[in-house]
Amino acid sequence: MTPASGAGRRFAVSDLVALAIFVIFALVPFAAKLGPEAYVLTLVTRVMIFAIAAVSLDLIVGYGALVSFGHAAFIGLGAYVAGILASHGIGDALVALPVAIIVSTLFALATGVVCLRTKGVYFIMITLAFSQMAFFTASSLSPYGGDDGLTIHARDTFAGFAWMKGDGALYYVVLGFLLLTFLLCRALIASRFGRVLRGARQNSTRMAALGFEVFRYQLVAYAISGALAGVSGFLLANATNFVSPAYMSWQRSGELIIMVVLGGLGTLYGAIIGAAAFIIAEEWLAGFTEHWKMIFGPLLILVVVFARGGLIGLMSLIAGPRRD
Amino acid sequence: MSTSLLIVQTLNGLQLGVLLFLISAGLTLVFGVMDFINLAHGVQYMLGAYLAVMFYALTGSFLAALVLGLLAALAFGLLLEFAVFRHLYDRDHLEQVIATFGVILFLNQGVKFVWGASPLSLPIPEIFSGSVVLMPGLLYPIWRLVIIGSGLLVALGLYFLVGNTRVGMLVRAGATNAAMVSALGVNIRRLFMIVFGFGTMLAAFAGIMIAPILSVEPGMGDTILILAFVVIVIGGIGSIRGAFVAALLIGLVDTLGRSFAVDILRLFMSPSPARTVGPAIASMLIYLLMAVVLYIRPTGLFPAKGQS
Repeated sequence: MTPASGAGRRFAVSDLVALAIFVIFALVPFAAKLGPEAYVLTLVTRVMIFAIAAVSLDLIVGYGALVSFGHAAFIGLGAYVAGILASHGIGDALVALPVAIIVSTLFALATGVVCLRTKGVYFIMITLAFSQMAFFTASSLSPYGGDDGLTIHARDTFAGFAWMKGDGALYYVVLGFLLLTFLLCRALIASRFGRVLRGARQNSTRMAALGFEVFRYQLVAYAISGALAGVSGFLLANATNFVSPAYMSWQRSGELIIMVVLGGLGTLYGAIIGAAAFIIAEEWLAGFTEHWKMIFGPLLILVVVFARGGLIGLMSLIAGPRRD
Repeated sequence: MSTSLLIVQTLNGLQLGVLLFLISAGLTLVFGVMDFINLAHGVQYMLGAYLAVMFYALTGSFLAALVLGLLAALAFGLLLEFAVFRHLYDRDHLEQVIATFGVILFLNQGVKFVWGASPLSLPIPEIFSGSVVLMPGLLYPIWRLVIIGSGLLVALGLYFLVGNTRVGMLVRAGATNAAMVSALGVNIRRLFMIVFGFGTMLAAFAGIMIAPILSVEPGMGDTILILAFVVIVIGGIGSIRGAFVAALLIGLVDTLGRSFAVDILRLFMSPSPARTVGPAIASMLIYLLMAVVLYIRPTGLFPAKGQS
């Protein structure tokens, strides 16, 4: 697959797919009225929140080849900012959201400086190490519930206005954030910044020879990705009215990677599809049997072994022969 | 009082280190020789413990449970290699992470399905039960000493095997440059299978030895897996010597940190914040150590890959 050939057309197709995804998301609440409305809205809201985190992960994994195995830490940070501020009576998004973004950005910058010195497998492991540190810090925050987590009594307001009151309102707020995240990442990738990032993925030595300080670009990308995941954590805390260290567990980071790879790396919209497929499959299988993981595990293996390029690759495999 | 506590905790740290070495040795070789990230290594440790519990219930003898458990774990490991892992060697790390994550999900749930969710236990063999007096007033469980001893014995055996035999030479060569070894006419797939089977047995051995002092439960492999990854990354991927040094380091730092963090913090902190901060710092200590090591030496302490 050469990136240059047919690039213009591919962008058009990917934009159409993304548009279709967002139209479907926008219409879900209307369709939900026909069925178990609250259940569907809660489930799809969850899908969209994890889609935000997955898109942010795709920004660095898909376009920068920086495989972060600790991305759940940022979700947890954003969630804990919302929870801790709320427990002190600060329940307004005008304060909580910027703080969540700043905290996760600072965490990304501080850890990124160390992580980006390493490459490949070592990068995977050191991001894991930092997220484990965040996990254990959260577990020992005894004033804020420690291992048991922290309950939030009301969703954040926005300048005093209850913008997330009710499942429907929350749904569209989350959808708005997902759209913003997608558009931001798409613009970043198309920009000069994104081209440097993609260039560094393919050959960082050459990019350095061209005069780019690759490290700085990667660090900024890592920070942006962390901040967006922090936003998803902020939303998750508000959606569930609960924060717990489990949000930062390494299994959760693994699930995020699975979402991104399942959907197809380096497409952004693929991350959204992956998040939806993962969470809905989990929910659906759990409805059959309490041992659903015995089905889900082998399913993951089958997808990896037989469908290279994730679900998108699977779809194009079914649709017709690939043109490589 | 304080000295005896220090001795006990040092021995406990040594025991954790030896256990970590048994698990990491296989992981680092699989990783180094095949360039294969096997997240499922932790569940193989768990499976070893479960199989031993099952065979103990059938035979009533710890030795029989140990031998049968090891053989069954080996058979299962080779089955996994044949059915799943073999298809993943030439994939990228991301795909390996996902597929082996799938294996974890399946097996963690699988043991729950077969043996139930409640923790099981394996009794300590009769002759090794009880404690031994190390110093006047200082008792230490014999079984923990047996774990330390057998782990060190395995380490010694591995050292000889990797350093002085033909297979060991091929393994070392494979960790340095697998493609070149293959080009020289070595059946690399068969080498992979040997290394993989061996690693599986070591992990199962660790699981069986620790089963009498830990509860055998689903998910017991997950935490130890992350620790094993910390070990092999600090030690340098593919290096048995690195895994040994790092495993003992991690075992000691973690155990001593957990028992003395609060006391150390109290030297320059008032008692009540020290009690809050201490446990948090103690559980972070090894990850902090890993970050520092990787900051100074980005490929670990004893990197095996040939640098050209």
